[in-house]
Amino acid sequence: MTPLDPTRPVLELQEVRKAYGPHLVLHSVDLVVPAHSVTVLIGASGSGKSTLLRCANLLEEVDDGAILLDGEEITDPETDQDAVRRRIGVVFQQYNLFPHMTVLENVTLAPRRVHRLSRSDAEARAGELLHRLGLGDRAGDYPDRLSGGQQQRVAIARALATDPRLLLLDEITAALDPELVGEVLAVVRDLKEQGMTMVVSTHEMDFAREVADQVCFLDAGTVLERGTPEQVLGDPQHERTRRFLHRVTGRGRFTAR
Amino acid sequence: MSATTAGGGMPGAGAADEPYRPSARRLAREAHRRRRARRAGLVAAASTAITGTALYLAVVESPGWPRFRETFLNADYARQALPRVLDGLWTNLQLMTVCGALILVLGLVLALLRTLRGPAFLPVRLLATAYVDFFLGLPMIICLLIMITGVPALRLTGVTTDPLLLGGAALVLTYSAYVSEVFRAGIQSVHPGQRAAARSLGLTHAQAMRYVVLPQAVRRVVPPLLNNLVSLQKDTGLVSIGGVIDAVYAAKIITAQTFNYTPYLVAALVFIALTVPLTRFTDWVTARTEGRRHQGGAV
Repeated sequence: MTPLDPTRPVLELQEVRKAYGPHLVLHSVDLVVPAHSVTVLIGASGSGKSTLLRCANLLEEVDDGAILLDGEEITDPETDQDAVRRRIGVVFQQYNLFPHMTVLENVTLAPRRVHRLSRSDAEARAGELLHRLGLGDRAGDYPDRLSGGQQQRVAIARALATDPRLLLLDEITAALDPELVGEVLAVVRDLKEQGMTMVVSTHEMDFAREVADQVCFLDAGTVLERGTPEQVLGDPQHERTRRFLHRVTGRGRFTAR
Repeated sequence: MSATTAGGGMPGAGAADEPYRPSARRLAREAHRRRRARRAGLVAAASTAITGTALYLAVVESPGWPRFRETFLNADYARQALPRVLDGLWTNLQLMTVCGALILVLGLVLALLRTLRGPAFLPVRLLATAYVDFFLGLPMIICLLIMITGVPALRLTGVTTDPLLLGGAALVLTYSAYVSEVFRAGIQSVHPGQRAAARSLGLTHAQAMRYVVLPQAVRRVVPPLLNNLVSLQKDTGLVSIGGVIDAVYAAKIITAQTFNYTPYLVAALVFIALTVPLTRFTDWVTARTEGRRHQGGAV
């Protein structure tokens, strides 16, 4: 591996294209995610946000273009996909915790089985993480004993347990009750403080404004508009961006008829 | 690799109008995948050829091979047996079709009886449970012997002594217990929220079953039901113990006359030829149900 260059982006998408049958989901998407920065993807459902994240983690195969992680092309057919996924943490909208394992077992699974940490090391590190996320006393519980917000924080702890280079968060608050959203977003805010590189898709515009270094508005599979939160959320240049923002932030949100 | 990436702050470049042409990168990637697929094909062919040759030599060179070939693989006896075995097979197929239909109905009824709520239905629930417990545990062969040889010994008026009908009844009794367990598992696998939603709309227990629970349950249990059908198809051969001339008994008659076992092998191959397509069909149905539930992806 080449030595780490601080100016080199952690993740880079070059003209990525992805179609499901006749349906074009990503249409020549470019994206640069510098180290220690947070990129927030916004856009309507079906605009390609989730597909973009799934492609970055190689859960989907891109049709064209390339994705680079730390400057190495990971969409090369010769790439060891498991090795790539070891360096990327993912948190899903539906948590996807393993229901037959306790919280601690969920968090220590990858450190022990993939990274071959000893049980005591893995558990010590997991305990520390859970404590940091306010779950220190839930380590022995099974996921179905926890609230949605707690489950999602466990999912974040599980993704962080392997010290990923990059964290992908796919609408992680969309399945939560409103009063539980805050506790999960607070965790993400802390992660930003600590310099974690993240790509986040979300419908929480206030949160996007607060944590984003870069906001990308996806529309019909293209990045229609990108820039700082002030530029994209405060002074959008495109009519479609303005209409979208009006729908999700303005009155539109509460009179969704 | 050139830095073709658009930096921050650039308003979207709407390249949507140009027709799409695959990039050199995509073409190279696809060529690479094709090469890899070709190599995989060659490796598969070579390893299959080597394994096949080794197995062939191991069989043909073994000491008992000539005698085995004479006793089990005699072409003359096979030609002689095939038409009679196929005649007998017609009996097996009829038995399977009629019994299969009866088993589905009886199995479903048993499963539904066990879902009935309320104190008045307690005896019904108990009887259905006892029936299933009894026939799940009863060995098929004992059930057949009791039906085929025991029932005629009672000399009941109006009850048939035809071993084909009695053997079919034994199959129905045993298999309906299996199938009712499959249906019951399917009914229980439907999320309780579905029943709650249906009852909240004012549907009765029966309506909720009929319109909401059963349609979901049945779809889920089609693959295990098909497995039971495969197994039933083979077990129709057991009625031959009562003297019904089916494919198995036809083979047995020839073997008894000639002391050559080729007819058994012919009957076996005929049964296998029937079950293999059915098993593949089951695989296909299972894959289709899985595929509908699963979102696509590379993992």
